[in-house]
Amino acid sequence: MSDVQTARPARKIVIDPVTRVEGHGKVTIKLNEAGEVEQARFHIVEFRGFERFIQGRMFWEVPVIVQRLCGICPVSHHLCAAKAMDVVVGVDAVTPTADKMRRLMHYGQILQSNAVNVFHLASPDLLLGFDAPIATRNIVGVIETFPEVGKWAIFIRKFGQEVVAATGGRRIHPRLCIPGGVNQNLTVEHRDRLLKNVDQVVKWCEAALDLHKSFVASDPELYATFASFPSSYMSIVGPNDEMDLYDGPLKAITADGSIIFEGVPADHYRDVIIEEVRSWSYMKFPHIRSLGREAGWYRVGPLAQMNCCASIGTPIAEAARADFMTLGAGGLVHATLAYHWARIINMIHCAEVIRDLLHDDDLQGTDLVVTGDRRPEGVALIEAPRGTLLHHYTVDERDQVTSANLIVSTTNNNEAMNRSVTKVAVDYLSGMEITEALLNHVEVAIRAYDPCLSCATHALGDMPLIVTLEDADGAMIASRVKQ
Amino acid sequence: MTEHALADSPRVLVIGYGNPGRQDDGLGPAVALAIEHLGGPRIAALDAYQLNIEDAIDIADHDVVWFVDASLDGPEPFAVHIMAPAASIEFTSHILRPEALLAIARQMFGATPEAHLLAIRGYDFEFIEGLTARATDNLAAAVSMLTGRLGLKDAEVRL
Repeated sequence: MSDVQTARPARKIVIDPVTRVEGHGKVTIKLNEAGEVEQARFHIVEFRGFERFIQGRMFWEVPVIVQRLCGICPVSHHLCAAKAMDVVVGVDAVTPTADKMRRLMHYGQILQSNAVNVFHLASPDLLLGFDAPIATRNIVGVIETFPEVGKWAIFIRKFGQEVVAATGGRRIHPRLCIPGGVNQNLTVEHRDRLLKNVDQVVKWCEAALDLHKSFVASDPELYATFASFPSSYMSIVGPNDEMDLYDGPLKAITADGSIIFEGVPADHYRDVIIEEVRSWSYMKFPHIRSLGREAGWYRVGPLAQMNCCASIGTPIAEAARADFMTLGAGGLVHATLAYHWARIINMIHCAEVIRDLLHDDDLQGTDLVVTGDRRPEGVALIEAPRGTLLHHYTVDERDQVTSANLIVSTTNNNEAMNRSVTKVAVDYLSGMEITEALLNHVEVAIRAYDPCLSCATHALGDMPLIVTLEDADGAMIASRVKQ
Repeated sequence: MTEHALADSPRVLVIGYGNPGRQDDGLGPAVALAIEHLGGPRIAALDAYQLNIEDAIDIADHDVVWFVDASLDGPEPFAVHIMAPAASIEFTSHILRPEALLAIARQMFGATPEAHLLAIRGYDFEFIEGLTARATDNLAAAVSMLTGRLGLKDAEVRL
């Protein structure tokens, strides 16, 4: 055994954030013999057992059940499952009222979810500095210096939640969608209440973008290079490549913007994507079939949505997108920190879409459900707050689900997160010491993607960041815990 | 209680959070539902998958706040902790601690409610609906304690 260990060429540094309930995620940084960073991996616990949870359920229950997957984005799973079950009940197009109710809920969800990331998670790093003391590098510290950020954070988030509640009812268990349509329209009272605040929300989102751009201007070199690299991108897009976060075919592009595939409908996803399983992770590693295992990884999420679309259909967001794309000097934008900028543009877009929808009388329509001929299978795509989400179900003749396959946004970004952590390790690891700066920078890189952990549980327990240094034989050199 | 005394009584908020689709992780929402069912003047109950920053608004509107969550390895059947504001930053938006919410409520609204964390011991957290038998017993004990602390009359708790 010792001979084998001696022969190993690499040492490992393990960063181990322990999740609350099952297993754990960790960052492993592998060094070569020269002490240089060779590779980094961000391990995340996958949704183990979920397929079993779904199998045997009646298909019409699924849009409600899948909300149990995630406390942050239950609406995304609710909508994606409903779209898949539309296919199962033989419905290719729901009514205008149903489509717009779902879109209203979806854009409300993305708005409030992105607000949490931008204000609560990212703003302390960006506005106070990556190495600011932990005692002040938090949302409270941000509010002390930028009081308006707290207001934006809480009230944009609250508005998004109100949109979701107005469309779907209770906050823990929205029940808007059923296969083939929706349960309800939007009452005039709800519409008028939301209309009172939506213009203010648009203005706050614009102000947040201005503040973010001031951070970019303060250190453009850091912004452009931190945890960054060229990559391929994937998202759904609407007609004429206009941004559409609710529905559309898949599109993927290379780092130079060349088309890898486009116009791929949801039920053809396996023609273009392969889901690989690796021994060291519970997560799957999807990659683009035509590019192969090594080169086929890609990024999803707000940055991918900006890079893949040709325009945005709302004016303020479109102007912001055009400005954003100048970062790429005629090409794509590859800066990992630009996820945050893209996220804020998405917030503007969502607020604008919500405003437009609230003026659409179809939301008060009464034609809510369409029926069709039953099919044995349904696949659907949606752009969740963190990127492309896919649900695939098969249903037997007794209406019971026989299989479920989900590719969640974080799974799509799996390899990209590894690359970002690797870049951080290369740039900030010095010798064998696990410094506070290294921990901070690893966290900043991860926050850009805001991965979904095994997020459906929230039982009490700390989630410390544990850093362990191991030598070539796997023996611990040092360990550091960050609570 | 007289109308005058009622007006002077503290406004209480119970926030029970967790995922009912993950067995004992549903302990928090179960408490919220039980308190909501029992009712009571000036007592509000919220259930949620997890805490979120806008909860600071509700927290600031109350004099006493009870956070209720499942615990992985705490005392049986439950433990009560006094909570104080303490800001923190996480590496994922999937975590928001009660202390951080209290810090936001204080910073944004100048509110410093008396705050408790009711940590009810859970045991299994798989993708299964419903509490385990042991967690159900702990839930009953926790609700009994909480109703006593809140001055609610004894009543059959709907679990």
